[in-house]
Amino acid sequence: MAKLASIFFSMVLVNNYLLVKFMGICPFLGVSKKLDSSVGMSVAVTFVMLMATAITWPIYTFLLVPFGLEYLNTIAFILVIAALVQLVEIILKKYIPSLYTALGVYLPLITTNCAILGVTLLNIESGYNFIESLVASAGAGIGFLLAMVLFTGVRSTLEYAKPPKSFEGLPITLVAASLVAVSFMGFGGIIESLFGTF
Amino acid sequence: MGITSAIMIISGIGIIAAVMLVLAAKFMHVEEDERIGRVTECLPGANCGACGYAGCADYAKAIVEADTPLNLCVPGGAAAAEGAAKVMGKVAGATAAKVAVVACQGFECNTSKKFDYQGITTCSAAAKMFNGPTACAYGCMGFGDCVAACKFDAIQVVNGVALVNQEKCTGCGACAKACPKAIIHMIPDDVNPVVLCQNVDKGAQTRKVCSTGCIGCMKCTKFCPTNAIKVENNLAYIDQELCIGCMQCADECPVKAIHIPNIRKQY
Repeated sequence: MAKLASIFFSMVLVNNYLLVKFMGICPFLGVSKKLDSSVGMSVAVTFVMLMATAITWPIYTFLLVPFGLEYLNTIAFILVIAALVQLVEIILKKYIPSLYTALGVYLPLITTNCAILGVTLLNIESGYNFIESLVASAGAGIGFLLAMVLFTGVRSTLEYAKPPKSFEGLPITLVAASLVAVSFMGFGGIIESLFGTF
Repeated sequence: MGITSAIMIISGIGIIAAVMLVLAAKFMHVEEDERIGRVTECLPGANCGACGYAGCADYAKAIVEADTPLNLCVPGGAAAAEGAAKVMGKVAGATAAKVAVVACQGFECNTSKKFDYQGITTCSAAAKMFNGPTACAYGCMGFGDCVAACKFDAIQVVNGVALVNQEKCTGCGACAKACPKAIIHMIPDDVNPVVLCQNVDKGAQTRKVCSTGCIGCMKCTKFCPTNAIKVENNLAYIDQELCIGCMQCADECPVKAIHIPNIRKQY
C-alpha cells in the first residue's frame, strides 16, 4: 500500500510529466488559457492514460513478451493509443458534446501526445505490475491536471501584465512555464522523506 | 519466425483496432446539419469571438440550430451575413458596423501635465511611470500607441489627444487593444452622442485636472427622455440601445463632455 502511495505521489509531484519530464507540452501551452478547457483536457488525458495503460500493459506482458517482441513496444503502443483516442473522441461526440467542443482540436492531438506514450512506456520500463502501472498512470494524470490548473492561474494573471512587445504571446508564456517548472524542482526528495525508499 | 510473428501481431492489433473504430463510428454516429458547414464557409474564419460565440463554427451552429441573428459577425460584415442568409433562406438584418472612439477630450487647452516625461515615447512605457504624465490619470497621453496599431491610417494624435477618422475606421478594434489606459471604445457607427471622458474621480477632483471632464453632476440623466444615461462612479454612460439621438444631454452638459464622435472631426 505504501509503495502504491509512493508511486502515486511521486508521479504527481516529483516526476510530474509536464513540469519535470517536459512531456505533453502542446496542450500545456495550447489549452491552458481557460480553466474550463484545461480541466477538461486534463480529465481527458487522465482518462486516456488509464485506458492506455490498462490496454498496453496486458498487450506487452501477454503478447509481446512471450514472442520476444519487446523491442516493438513503441510502435504497438502508438497504434493502440491512436485507436483509443479516436474511440474516445467518437464516444465524447455522441454523449458529452459540450466537452467535445470545449476540447476542440486538442482531443485528436492526444493521439500524438507524448505524455500518454511516455506513461505507458515508462511504466513498463520501471517494472511495475498491472496495479502499480494503473496507479502510476492515475498519478501522472492527476499531476497533469495539477500542472494545468496551476499554469492556467499563472496565465490568467499574465493576461493583465503588459510585457515588452518582443515577449508578448508565446515567449512570455514559455518564460512563465519554466518558472512554474522550477518551482516543482522543490518537490525533489519529498517522497523519500515521506515514504522511505524502495 | 521472428519477423513473421512481429508482422502478424502488429497487423493483428491494427486490424482489431480498425474494426472497433468502424463499429464505433457506425453505432455512435452523430447526425450533423450539413448547413452548418456551409454557413461556416461564409464566415471569415478568424475565430475572433466578436459575435459572442466561441468561434466561427460555433456561431454557424447557433445560426442553424438556434435561429440566431445573421448579422453578428463584425469582421465579415454584410458579405458574411448575406452568405449565411443565402444558405439559410432568410433575410440578413442590417450589419452593425462599429467604429472606434477615443473617450477623452484632454486637449492641451483643456488639461495640464503632472510632469515633463522624457522617456521612451510610447503610451505603454509612459503609463508605467506614475500612471503617465497627464494630470488626469484616465486621460489620453498622446504618444500614439493606437496610431502605430492602426493598419488603416484612421487614427491620429491631434493637439495631444488621439482622434479617430470615422471614414477610414473599419472597426477592427486594434487601437482599443493597444491603449494602455483603455480609453478607446468600440461603439455602433451611428449619430448618437457618447460621453468623451473616462474619469471616475469625484467631480471636484476631475474639475481640477480637466475643464471638459465628466464631473458626474447627473444633469444629463434628468434631461434624457428615454432614461438612457446612467451615472456610475462619477461618470456618465449612455446606453446606445436606448439613445434616440435627441442631443438634449449634449446641450445641457455643463462641461461639454458629451458629443457625437462623427461631428468631432471639425476639431
